[in-house]
Amino acid sequence: MSTANAAHSVVEPSAGTRRFAGSLVILYAVITMIPLIWIVLTSFKSPDDAISYPPKVVFSPSFEGFCNLFTTRSRQTPEFIQTLGPPQGLCDSIARSRNMVVAGPSNYVPRFVNSLIIAFGSTVLAVALGTLSAYGFSRFRVPLKDDLLFFILSTRMMPPIAVAIPIYLMYRTIGLSDTRLGMILLYTSVNVSLAVWLLKGFIDEIPREYEEAAMIDGYTRFQAFVKVVLPQATTGIAATAIFCLIFAWNEYAFAVLLTSGNAQTAPPFIPIIIGEGGQDWPAVAAGTTLFLVPIVVFTVLLRKHLLRGITFGAVRK
Amino acid sequence: MAQIRVEALDKSFGTFHAVKAASFTVEDGQFLCLLGPSGCGKTTTLRMIAGLELPTAGTIRLGGEDVTMNRASARDIAFVFQLFALYPHMNVRRNIGFPLKCEGIDAVERERRVVEVARILRISHLLDSSVSGLAGGDRQRVALGRAIVREPKCFLMDEPLGALDTEMREAMIHELRALHDRLGATTVYVTHDQLEAMAMADMIAVMNDGVVEQVASPRDIYDRPASLFVADFIGSPPMNFLPFRGSLEAGAQTIRLGEHEVAVPAAREALAESDLVLGVRPEHVRFTDRGMVRGEVYGSEYLGTTQIVTVTTRYGALKARSPASVSFRTGESVGLDFRPDTLSIFDKESGRAIRTALYEGGAHG
Ligand SMILES: Nc1ncnc2c1ncn2[C@@H]1O[C@H](COP(=O)(O)OP(=O)(O)OP(=O)(O)O)[C@@H](O)[C@H]1O
Ligand SMILES: [Mg+2]
Repeated sequence: MSTANAAHSVVEPSAGTRRFAGSLVILYAVITMIPLIWIVLTSFKSPDDAISYPPKVVFSPSFEGFCNLFTTRSRQTPEFIQTLGPPQGLCDSIARSRNMVVAGPSNYVPRFVNSLIIAFGSTVLAVALGTLSAYGFSRFRVPLKDDLLFFILSTRMMPPIAVAIPIYLMYRTIGLSDTRLGMILLYTSVNVSLAVWLLKGFIDEIPREYEEAAMIDGYTRFQAFVKVVLPQATTGIAATAIFCLIFAWNEYAFAVLLTSGNAQTAPPFIPIIIGEGGQDWPAVAAGTTLFLVPIVVFTVLLRKHLLRGITFGAVRK
Repeated sequence: MAQIRVEALDKSFGTFHAVKAASFTVEDGQFLCLLGPSGCGKTTTLRMIAGLELPTAGTIRLGGEDVTMNRASARDIAFVFQLFALYPHMNVRRNIGFPLKCEGIDAVERERRVVEVARILRISHLLDSSVSGLAGGDRQRVALGRAIVREPKCFLMDEPLGALDTEMREAMIHELRALHDRLGATTVYVTHDQLEAMAMADMIAVMNDGVVEQVASPRDIYDRPASLFVADFIGSPPMNFLPFRGSLEAGAQTIRLGEHEVAVPAAREALAESDLVLGVRPEHVRFTDRGMVRGEVYGSEYLGTTQIVTVTTRYGALKARSPASVSFRTGESVGLDFRPDTLSIFDKESGRAIRTALYEGGAHG
């Protein structure tokens, strides 16, 4: 990557300039990473270390946060605990040291699964719909094209929370309240406008001669779209998918309002993990740490496309 | 292989009339160049023949069959785009084999034909390279390969050499023509470069502003232009135009230019008094002291074996081609006359050529 770019530079930056630029980048990276690092560190602290003042940077790591994230526990008298057999694994022994026993699994795993299903489901839907409509807008004479495109974009102009109450009432009436399908449809409808606009830019950049050549060679338009346009739009599709996924994955306001027992996603669940005597910060941090993993994995997998994609197709070979 | 017949083809984009009643015929195995300035409707005409654009009116026949409303894929033609339209996500082999894959031809046969085409185009060594790394000329060959691999009824090419540098272009002009002679495929080739058209075409159709002005062999286009536009567009430097007013009788062999009688090819039509234009190619202007047009040398442009001498006369600046060995002084007074059998006469108002012994009429001859 860097070697290819270096060939384009008019003057090679001097070693000093490079070092200066490098340290700036590192400094910026550190500043943005601090909250993340702090969360990861907190997830390995004991509850006391987590709220100690001044904050502890060096501490003895503990898995209590993760244990508390995945389990529910009940307080018992030491005498009762004595009567039990040997502890069942690490979490049980941590709990017993605090005069508690593990009562069962927490809701974190089902909430996390909900998040996965809803976020990926809505991303796939939004990108698929977005690609098709972007292709239509890009290639065909659509009546009122500009007005339609503006209308699609305008759904993004107000804060989502402004429509939360009507949607809540609507969903309750038609039975989509607190369902995964309801949340998938909701996030899809929010993301599809972004997807159409982003993807239209990318598809406009693909010369229509490519499909025309394929159509002359015997493909139908749909075949040409699948075999010729899609492979060339992968960059745009990947970039759009990441934007959609990040929105759906992190969405909080609608999730709080529209989901509870059944379809609740991780974001509204994590902050309300309560431990003994209030907020269980290590468990919250552990939940957040794990919550970051899918996005990081997805982004790393699509990184190659994203790097070119976020320039919005401006780079042509 | 097949004849292409375009009859009274019309195309409007909304209120914009891009192609107006275009008609021409490309005989089986012929190479026709569609030549005209930018924006005159060449690409639109070609896209209608290909089926990428539906005409507003008119018919298109391929090998006698009316295909006006057929889908592009049902016409059995190959199109070479200006941008080459090579698929960047496929290597050379797969690019060339793509049309065969669309037709559902099996892998063994496909490979055989791709290798054969690559051999003809001398790109066998590139079959496994990615198309994005190829030089312009090689990209062009791959695009041609994709067109010829299917052995279609005819080829349509839209400025396929437009993106190449001059040197590459010269070489490709000869290669393309040689390829055509070898395959004998009916070809329509769009270009705005007259030298390309002159060098390659059996027939040239000159378009201007959506109208096909003349369809003829390169020699006829040059020697017997059907309109002022064609005369002006073809040739470098272009034809000299001397405006005059007069009438013509059928069979008349002279016209009156000022106070002189000028011998011209015998007129084949009668004309009431009107504004006319006499057209003279620079190479048909002769320097002679007894010349009927007198003027002063304004300057000359040295071209190696010849030179273009500009002479200011009462009819405006005239350009004459003369051997480079003759020397002219600026301001020198010279007499000019014209080779009678080469002169064209045009009607100024309509721009059409008057029928004479030189130009027998019929724009589509
Ligand atoms: N899809 C379209 N919608 C509206 N106008 C169009 C469309 N396609 C072409 N035109 C117009 O029709 C005219 C002829 O276009 P065309 O592309 O056929 O010209 P051309 O002779 O190929 O020119 P060039 O040498 O620049 O390629 C142009 O003025 C162009 O702007
Ligand atoms: Mg064109």
